[in-house]
Amino acid sequence: MTKAPHLLKGSMTYDTAPEAGHDRALRHGDGTSSGNRMVEGPAGRKPRKALSRRNILIYGTLIVVCLYYLLPLYVMIVTSLKGMPEIRLGNIFAPPVEVTFQPWVKAWAEACTGLNCDGLSRGFFNSVRILIPSVILSIAIASVNGYALANWRFKGSETFFAILIVGAFIPYQVMIYPIVIMLREIGLYGSLTGLVIVHTIFGMPILTLLFRNYFASVPQELFKAARVDGAGFWAIYFQIMVPMSLPIFVVAMILQVTGIWNDFLFGVIYTKPDLYPMTVQLNNIVNSTQGVKEYNVNMAATILTGLVPLTIYFISGKLFVRGIAAGAVKG
Amino acid sequence: MKALRAVFAATTALCAATAANATDLEVTHWWTSGGEAAAVAEFAKAFDATGNKWVDGAIAGSGGTARPIMISRITGGDPMGATQFNHGRQAEELVEAGLMRDLTDIAEEGNWKEVIHPSSLLDSCTLDGRIFCVPVNIHSQQWLWLNNKVFEDNGLAVPTTWDEYAAAAPKLEEAGIIPLAMGQQPWQTTLAFQVLLTALAGPEAYTKIFGEKDAELAGSEELAKVFQAAATARDMSKDSNVQGWNDATTMVITGKAAGQIMGDWAQGEFQVANQVAGKDYTCLPGLGVNEVIMTGGDAFYFPKVDDPAITEAQGELAKVMLSPETQVAFNLKKGSLPVRGDVDLAAANDCMKKGLDILAKGNVIQSPDQLMSADSLTQVNDLFVEFFNDPSMSAEDAQATFASIVADAD
Amino acid sequence: MSAATRPARWHRNISAKVAAVPMIITAVVVFIGGTAWTVLYSFTNSKLLPREKFVGLAQYERLWSSSKWLISIENLAIYGAFSLVFSLLIGFMLAALLDQKIRFEDTFRTILLYPFALSFIVTGLAWQWILNPDFGIQHVVRSLGWESFNFDPLYNPEIVIYGILIAGLWQGTGLIMCLMLAGLRGIDEDIWKAAKIDGIPMWKTYLFIVIPMMRGIFITAVVLIASGIIKVYDLVVAQTGGGPGISSEVPAKYVYDAMFLSQNLGQGFAASTMMLLTVVIIVVPWAYLEFGGKRK
Repeated sequence: MTKAPHLLKGSMTYDTAPEAGHDRALRHGDGTSSGNRMVEGPAGRKPRKALSRRNILIYGTLIVVCLYYLLPLYVMIVTSLKGMPEIRLGNIFAPPVEVTFQPWVKAWAEACTGLNCDGLSRGFFNSVRILIPSVILSIAIASVNGYALANWRFKGSETFFAILIVGAFIPYQVMIYPIVIMLREIGLYGSLTGLVIVHTIFGMPILTLLFRNYFASVPQELFKAARVDGAGFWAIYFQIMVPMSLPIFVVAMILQVTGIWNDFLFGVIYTKPDLYPMTVQLNNIVNSTQGVKEYNVNMAATILTGLVPLTIYFISGKLFVRGIAAGAVKG
Repeated sequence: MKALRAVFAATTALCAATAANATDLEVTHWWTSGGEAAAVAEFAKAFDATGNKWVDGAIAGSGGTARPIMISRITGGDPMGATQFNHGRQAEELVEAGLMRDLTDIAEEGNWKEVIHPSSLLDSCTLDGRIFCVPVNIHSQQWLWLNNKVFEDNGLAVPTTWDEYAAAAPKLEEAGIIPLAMGQQPWQTTLAFQVLLTALAGPEAYTKIFGEKDAELAGSEELAKVFQAAATARDMSKDSNVQGWNDATTMVITGKAAGQIMGDWAQGEFQVANQVAGKDYTCLPGLGVNEVIMTGGDAFYFPKVDDPAITEAQGELAKVMLSPETQVAFNLKKGSLPVRGDVDLAAANDCMKKGLDILAKGNVIQSPDQLMSADSLTQVNDLFVEFFNDPSMSAEDAQATFASIVADAD
Repeated sequence: MSAATRPARWHRNISAKVAAVPMIITAVVVFIGGTAWTVLYSFTNSKLLPREKFVGLAQYERLWSSSKWLISIENLAIYGAFSLVFSLLIGFMLAALLDQKIRFEDTFRTILLYPFALSFIVTGLAWQWILNPDFGIQHVVRSLGWESFNFDPLYNPEIVIYGILIAGLWQGTGLIMCLMLAGLRGIDEDIWKAAKIDGIPMWKTYLFIVIPMMRGIFITAVVLIASGIIKVYDLVVAQTGGGPGISSEVPAKYVYDAMFLSQNLGQGFAASTMMLLTVVIIVVPWAYLEFGGKRK
């Protein structure tokens, strides 16, 4: 065994000790610093006082921006807690006079879509069944694509990539009929597999670009050292690229979970009623053309549907760590 | 071995037997709001009573949302058992392509030609003398909805015709009330124009223009008054800042606006707000001038399938949908009018009764969907959207454009 | 593994080639095949179903004589320019703020990102209400005493596209922020230390050192935003339905309406072909610059 395996190993269990040196005190002067801060911590300088001018500026800006972002959510939540007569009065910012959770109950368990009066809960499990394989497959394929394009170029690889990028701009609707024909020809029309493939295809352009550009920014020395040591395509991918690129995997996951969870069109076109995702119910609750529109139920249903991606956003934050590429090269 | 084969045979027979008795039939439709869903349940109940099973595939959002899904399923070679379409020319090409089932034998057996009233409903299901769909209800657009209280409070008599209504507009405006509520969505402006056309120029003119594409009439002096009325309507609704039709209806209910031109589905909003027809609000079919009803509505088509059990169930469903009991139960819930003239709707409210009367007198016109292709209708749509939103567009210009669209229409 | 068993040179890339098979199939069969199919049928008068009745350039003539299409393009240009600039700017600034070792980063990030998770059909309704002059912001400000305050972007044909932009940025910047944050987290900690030691001000470090290092991320962000702009549809449908009049129509909506509302597939395909042509004109030179000339 030569030098390289050690390097690989080093890249995975990074240790800040070597050159934390003199500037450490400067940057982490507040004394809260710990050994693995660089692995977790964001960039920038740690403020010394809790209430410095800089802090006020940062938090002030963020809070103002967040208030603006939360305004529609506030309107939606307030509306979802009102009864219809109160909504008809038309003061959208006023808090509910009489709080009712009935719209939430109705949206989740009682709203009828045609004959089935069990609200959003009906499609929930189907959505999960569609979401998990689609997200895994699309990210797996796209990350390997991006890796091949960034580090293992072959003749023509850029051409295919350029075609993919152009593909990212095609409006989905235009592709509906050609894909119906393709799926029919390979016998997957109407099946879960077919739908997973469709999601993988439409996620591919942006995700591939995402991974390619990120992997391309990983220091070449690392890659070359591993090659010298005889590590192959897959070994480098799993042992170097994936561990170093967690933030970009999170972004990819955010993109795919949101896109697939909220997808309505593909879900209904390429499957059958027993596989319809939750968004079909959401659409049916929200989009009814005639009859009375229950805004409170609409709002509740939308927020309920958004909870899964929101949970993923929140949890996945733990993976938003600083890349460990730099240390590995030097260590 | 013999025993095993016997078992196989028995199982196959059993399967076949159950299939013949209870077939799952997937039915796609876009009826998803409360009242609509209750109406569909009536169909399902009646169909399940025949021993089959209704598998519901509801997709909200007519036209734009549901239609591509239905077409994809049918062309993808994996069709549903039955599907809703607006009757008219929407499904024409699917029929021409041989993807839809011919229902003529069932129609003859059920004597549809006699029972379906008005007969124009069946005409739009017919291609080359063969029948391809089942009309199930009639929805009409030609209604003017008025808030009685608004008029009374301002010392005005509740109008009985469009002209009286237009004459009252200045006084309403003075009182800070929007005379005419109108949603900003394109189809609502087109609807308003079509209603004005039918009411003011008469049903014959309407049929000539949309059916026979009479461009000369469309550009004539006679029609100029319709365009003037449209300009008046535009003026009356200039302060109406809402999008959805139901938001506009709410304005009428709350008294922010005096009236709205909208289809019979607006009634649901009045009912939910506990308003009583005749007392709190007035409905004027045909704007009180020409009392006609447009026989638009919904119809069911049955895609061609290989499975004989499904074909059998399709026939059952077609029969069930037209049976007098189902028609009454369904249409009461849906708020629409039945397609049979021989059923009794005692439970109908004031406005529905007005509609039934007009229907009984035979004052009907066909819907634009039945007369003109979707493509030409969109062009008409675009014109009126522009007209109603751009006060600088004169009635004359709009009429000239309209005449040229009619000339090119198919 | 020893050097002796290492595969021959041409062979060495075989794993990469095998791994790229799904991508190649997608590119060739779906995107090229599907596009060719679309272009082919744009020369027909297909209505509800695709059919081979060729009519030459008739669909294109009609497209370019349609005022709806011309307005769509104009709107897209305005919306696109502003959306691109502001998304990048706001996205990057928010990411930089979040990257200051702040507390509650997860909460802030989730708040900024949540609009992306909610279906726009209904959030669009919330915006429609907020921007409605009769009961939204204008109403509130006026009732506070400022009677002449005017803010009705969705109901004024002149500025409606900016009203849509407000909601569009609200929905999309969170994702760009996340992407930028991931990029910032990929920057070597030592860069900051070195800059600090050299006494370079923070904004200069960002502008001249960090941003150039994030070139890949910026390109990804631009493509992500641009593809979103071209495909913008929900946003408009939910807020204005293209109105008032046709003043907020966009090309993707034109395509969709033509295909499924007017039942004129040919027209929809012609419009989408024009859109795609524009994209090809922009993307191909870029792709050539990106990997044509300089191979490392």
